[in-house]
Amino acid sequence: MNNNNWINETSRGWMVLFVAWIVVTSATLGSLFFSEVMGVPVCVLCWYQRIALYPLTAILAIGLFPYDPKVVRYATPLVGVGWFVALFHVLLVAGIIPKGIRPCVQGIPCSETHFSLFGFLTIPLMSLLTFTLIGFLLFYAQRMKLK
Amino acid sequence: MNRKTLFIVVAGSMLLIFGVAAVLFQNYKAEQQSVSISKSTAFERAGAPVKGPSDAKVTIVEFLDPACETCRDFYPLMQQFIDQYPGQVKVMVRYAPLHPGSDQVVKMLEAAHRQKQFWQALELLFASQERWVINHAAQPMRAQAILESLRLNQEQFSADRNGSEVAAVIQQDIQDGQRFNVRATPEFFVNGRPMLDFSYENLSRLVKEAVAAAY
Repeated sequence: MNNNNWINETSRGWMVLFVAWIVVTSATLGSLFFSEVMGVPVCVLCWYQRIALYPLTAILAIGLFPYDPKVVRYATPLVGVGWFVALFHVLLVAGIIPKGIRPCVQGIPCSETHFSLFGFLTIPLMSLLTFTLIGFLLFYAQRMKLK
Repeated sequence: MNRKTLFIVVAGSMLLIFGVAAVLFQNYKAEQQSVSISKSTAFERAGAPVKGPSDAKVTIVEFLDPACETCRDFYPLMQQFIDQYPGQVKVMVRYAPLHPGSDQVVKMLEAAHRQKQFWQALELLFASQERWVINHAAQPMRAQAILESLRLNQEQFSADRNGSEVAAVIQQDIQDGQRFNVRATPEFFVNGRPMLDFSYENLSRLVKEAVAAAY
């Protein structure tokens, strides 16, 4: 690889995938900060979203070295599942889905939120926005698969 | 810089930021804890139910919810602390009705307290918790039925639990709970020091340190 000119070479696709990886890893570290450092309780739906999110740190990283645009195919189902669970969670918190459907156990109701930024950004909402962002970035990377 | 280097630098930075943030947050929590030591009695409420010797210098203030399973599990341990440090430790209970329906049940507990039967009522409710807490929601009618086996003056009980004095007490506990960031139950303050990580070991350690400091 030509070390001096790599940025002139193509691979906007690589860059976009790299940004997606940064988002995924930041979200992973952020969620761990909330639960392990700040002690915010983790409900069942949060766990399912984490199951979809955390493997992406490894999967996308593997797709970066060497650059394999097909990694988007493998990542998409996880992003999709995570997005739908996050959507369900946001609707639950908003009261649009009645609590009877909630799948929670162990006394940590998924409809309760413990933390919010700016008065409206709850953790479930942040999660939904994050999955949406990752989805867009992967879609964009897929279209940019030059080199 | 090639891609691998870029990746390693970015990954390393993120981990570093995480580590620094975690350390900063722990320091912040420790500061909060030391501030609260100076206001140790601010966590207590005059007239709240207390178990143990009244002249004990170490007070464990517990914010509890009678519908909470963890509170029920921790309850026998409170007596253990009183026994372990005879004459030195007392436990004060304050209400944190976080479960749906619990607000009605704590009114009953406070009404029982006015007839000096708080601890009996609490123990009865804990012992039969699965009969009156369904799907993590308290069923006040069932709790009331369970409390009927206590020898209470029913008229006074009804009047008290629906009265304004009891309502004011509950309200004060709820407000203080919010002020002290009681988001889950049980929440313990040992002579004003909160328990940062929830565990029996941590609580024991706090009590041990408080006893050593006071005696």
